[in-house]
Amino acid sequence: MVRRLRRTALYIPGNDPSMILNSGIFGADSIVLDLEDAVSINEKDSSRILVRNALQNVDFGASEVVVRINALSTPFGKQDIEAIVCPRLDAIRLPKCEYADDIMELEKILDRVEEEKGLKKGSVSIMPLIESAMGSYNAVQIAKASRRNSAVNFGGEDYTADMGAQRTREGAELLDIRMRILLAARIAGIDALDTVFGNLNDEEGLLEETKLIKQLGFDGKSIIHPRQIRLIHDVFTPSEKEINKARRIIEAIEEAEKRKSGVVALDGRMIDAPVVAKARRVLAFAEAVGLV
Amino acid sequence: MEISGKTAQAGTLESGDILITITLGEEDKGIEIELESPSQAVYGQQIYNTITGTLNDLGVRTAYVKAQDRGALDCTISARVEAAALRALKK
Repeated sequence: MVRRLRRTALYIPGNDPSMILNSGIFGADSIVLDLEDAVSINEKDSSRILVRNALQNVDFGASEVVVRINALSTPFGKQDIEAIVCPRLDAIRLPKCEYADDIMELEKILDRVEEEKGLKKGSVSIMPLIESAMGSYNAVQIAKASRRNSAVNFGGEDYTADMGAQRTREGAELLDIRMRILLAARIAGIDALDTVFGNLNDEEGLLEETKLIKQLGFDGKSIIHPRQIRLIHDVFTPSEKEINKARRIIEAIEEAEKRKSGVVALDGRMIDAPVVAKARRVLAFAEAVGLV
Repeated sequence: MEISGKTAQAGTLESGDILITITLGEEDKGIEIELESPSQAVYGQQIYNTITGTLNDLGVRTAYVKAQDRGALDCTISARVEAAALRALKK
């Protein structure tokens, strides 16, 4: 199966009809229609209806369609779910996740709503959004809480506010949560998504941050503007050199397996299971973007 | 449920949106729509139909609707009408 790419998750305010309408044309891997922070408390009702109608009528292209609902502890979260679950909805991004119970509560509601709407059970996946000290501490339990979980991500602004940290361009204050998110994602076998890079005019900073998160192992990043898409996709797209090397590694290991040998060298370097796993990840990305 | 006489709004005057102001009527006098739209000549009837259809689905039979359109699509128009009507009904 070709892996689903989640290099970019573009936030779109849930109360802006023209942005919602155009969101499918930018080529983001995921579109996140936002009913939470992008919508003022007085517009929660109208945005919910607008997003519901958009899900039923707007062409979002090939993008995965996600809705960030309001937290289940608010008066809005449950109403959001009732309104938005439909065939075009791929996932719900659940903010302010702090405990595994938050995910299990959402799962229970989704089980019921999917059945009521005649949808296949499990058709809507869950993307926990971790943005507090407690959430970070419990990241592994949260990521493992449901088989519906498809990607775990974190919110840098809320997290640093909770930690009493300053948000900087270099992002040293995010080191710990990034590693926790990655660890949780890998243990749960789901994707790890990085937080937004807020300064739209700092392309160099975005490039550095994207290279860093790719190096760490992240699968993608949330974004706030379509113009951040190309740069991030370029960083995450394997180069021809990387693809060729990965291919040669796979060929070499397959050859070795035929000879019943567990270890093989390529260009003077030993190739073993972790090297092969990394090569397969490169090829999976290349396949998903249509390069192989 | 349509007899409340309350007024409510939903939507904006931003491009691609529509501002709906709805006053629910006291008696069964039907739905009256005052439409202001850059594409009135071409899409006017369609906008009328969308507004009327949405109100009918909600069980609203008597209302005065002021619709200030800025090029909204049908799904936006019906969302704004529904939000405005529900707000008026809750008042």
